[in-house]
Amino acid sequence: MHRSRKLTIRVDALARVEGQGALHIQVRDGQVRALRLEIYEPPRFFEAFLRGRRFDEAPDITARICAICPVAYQMSACNAMEGALSLTVKGPLRDLRLLLYYGEWIESHALHVFLLHLPDFLGYDSAFDMARHHPELVRKGLHVKKAGNALMAKIGGREIHPINVRIGGFYSVPSRQALLSHRDDLTRARDFMVEALHWMAKLDFPEFEEDYEFAALYHPDEYAILEGQIRSSKGLLAPVSAFEEIFEEIQVPYSNALHWTLRGGGSYMVGPLARFNLNFPQLAPLAREVATSIGLVPPVRNPFKSILCRGVEILHACEEALHLIERYEPPERPQEAVAIQAGTGYGASEAPRGILYHRYQINSQGLIEDAKIVTPTAQNQRRIEDDLRKLVPSLLSLTKEEITWRCEQAIRNYDPCISCATHFLKVHIDSR
Amino acid sequence: MARHRKSKLAVWKFASCDGCQLTLLDCEDELMTLADQVEIAYFLEASRRRMRGPYDISLVEGSISTPEQEEEIREIRRQSRFLVAIGACATTGGIQALRNFADVRQFLDIVYARPEYIKTLKKSLPASAYVPVDFELQGCPIGKGPLLELLSAFLNGRRPNIPSHSVCIECKRRGTVCVMVAQGIPCLGPVTHAGCGALCPAYRRGCYGCFGPMETPNATSLGEWLQAHGTSPPNLVRLFRSFNAYAPPFQEAGERYAQVPQVDDPS
Repeated sequence: MHRSRKLTIRVDALARVEGQGALHIQVRDGQVRALRLEIYEPPRFFEAFLRGRRFDEAPDITARICAICPVAYQMSACNAMEGALSLTVKGPLRDLRLLLYYGEWIESHALHVFLLHLPDFLGYDSAFDMARHHPELVRKGLHVKKAGNALMAKIGGREIHPINVRIGGFYSVPSRQALLSHRDDLTRARDFMVEALHWMAKLDFPEFEEDYEFAALYHPDEYAILEGQIRSSKGLLAPVSAFEEIFEEIQVPYSNALHWTLRGGGSYMVGPLARFNLNFPQLAPLAREVATSIGLVPPVRNPFKSILCRGVEILHACEEALHLIERYEPPERPQEAVAIQAGTGYGASEAPRGILYHRYQINSQGLIEDAKIVTPTAQNQRRIEDDLRKLVPSLLSLTKEEITWRCEQAIRNYDPCISCATHFLKVHIDSR
Repeated sequence: MARHRKSKLAVWKFASCDGCQLTLLDCEDELMTLADQVEIAYFLEASRRRMRGPYDISLVEGSISTPEQEEEIREIRRQSRFLVAIGACATTGGIQALRNFADVRQFLDIVYARPEYIKTLKKSLPASAYVPVDFELQGCPIGKGPLLELLSAFLNGRRPNIPSHSVCIECKRRGTVCVMVAQGIPCLGPVTHAGCGALCPAYRRGCYGCFGPMETPNATSLGEWLQAHGTSPPNLVRLFRSFNAYAPPFQEAGERYAQVPQVDDPS
């Protein structure tokens, strides 16, 4: 009965996402005629002003691209620079990096699950409203977030833009005792996540499935987070240095952002759903067990269930962090020696939102001559639009307010970090 | 006396990394108490709800870097009883103010294949370049402690107690041995605003000035001292030109060493 309905949906400023974006959808005769995820986050030109900076400044400078995942930037930058300098960080220093990164995963995922995404499922505008009826849920969710933040602050110096990361390792390393003090909080966070996942599995998930092409890093020894090769659900396995051959960047005049697609193909998805589907066997046993018990097994093709995958990843991160703390002995030196040489380095790591790729070319004096950064949200953007294009026609019997909210929720499935996407920009749009 | 009404809090974002508003969400222990004390009227990172102005207090994150943002900050000023700039971007233009030292068109060419699609201002500037600002909270990112002090002071109708001395004082309080004196590590602590708790020296690295200049800093003296102890002018330029590059004292110091002709030696 709504087939002939004319509908225009505009959300001028998307809420509960990091950064600034807007959504525009035009429907005529039951067909989506126009759909744009507009990003008006202003450009900040990181790749431009990195030129001429010293190689060892990259981790601190690029951290400022995004405050929700600064460690991801620092780790991808270190990976790339250490590649250019033929340096490998191993043993306890690598463990410490992993531990710092797990802290970030816990913090970032808990923020999204409990404060940003869950209110959609329960019908609240915000976690503040949700807290009036579910105070325990919000309180415990905040505890999980705090456990991650505390770990980051201990190893990194502070939660946002940690100061302790450098090429080759750290400026200083914590004592064993300092890390052991985090066990209780992490254990509590882990136990709550087991409970929360059983409860969250009963949420009302919109029926929506898509045959995605997933892409994530793969590491033979662990659920890849710090480093790995690029793997896709269509069977691809390639080194990070092939990133720009596998994927391509497209700047299209009718859009407001640089899109990333598979070279010669379409959109692809990075992030928790992709990692879960591609690397499920490498999750911590408890995370796998809980996922299986709530019926969450690969392939998960419903993007609304990304909230569960994030929950499973929090559980995994808590478990792994506890193991790393248990076996931690401070390394002899806080960093490996660094010798400057000219070269090009490629680095990637799994930011909470997906693959974060850095490439740097440095000269014999250690100065950056060229920099390239590809963020997860830039890669997911086209995929988000594709999801919405498919979703909207199935929603037309709902009210405009309901359609709008459901579309917002579908965007939040990707936990888009628009501040991250330095390529995102507002452009003139032809309108008649 | 009038019926008690909760103060309306708004949080705004301009060019930034979201870190300073995230600092508010990172106050895990205080967040829900705060949500009871104030009406969170506009805070897009956390809520769909958008209440119209006027607002009792607006926290502004990010630098002004596009023509639309210039309009927006003026409108926010009109709608706000107190306007507080939070963080390095909103108080000095932030890391993206590095464009202020270059030709922004060149930057566009480097980053974008089709630079003609992009609208941007030549300079990235703090909110105070466009509107009167009632208070500035420095830092990249701001600290939780200073943010809570600011909000608490506002709710209780008093001036916030935010020390404007240097990071050096915080090192002394913390009992950290001076990294510059003891280890010869270049450190911006003597000219940098307190607020981080002197983190970097406690982790055995020099302060890199992310809280911006302290009140009345002597950057000239520090620069001379660092140069005399082996920091090359190009490295001094980099040191002063980072997250608060366009703050006047750092800008001045950066310009002084940028004019010294010398081969760039990274060591």
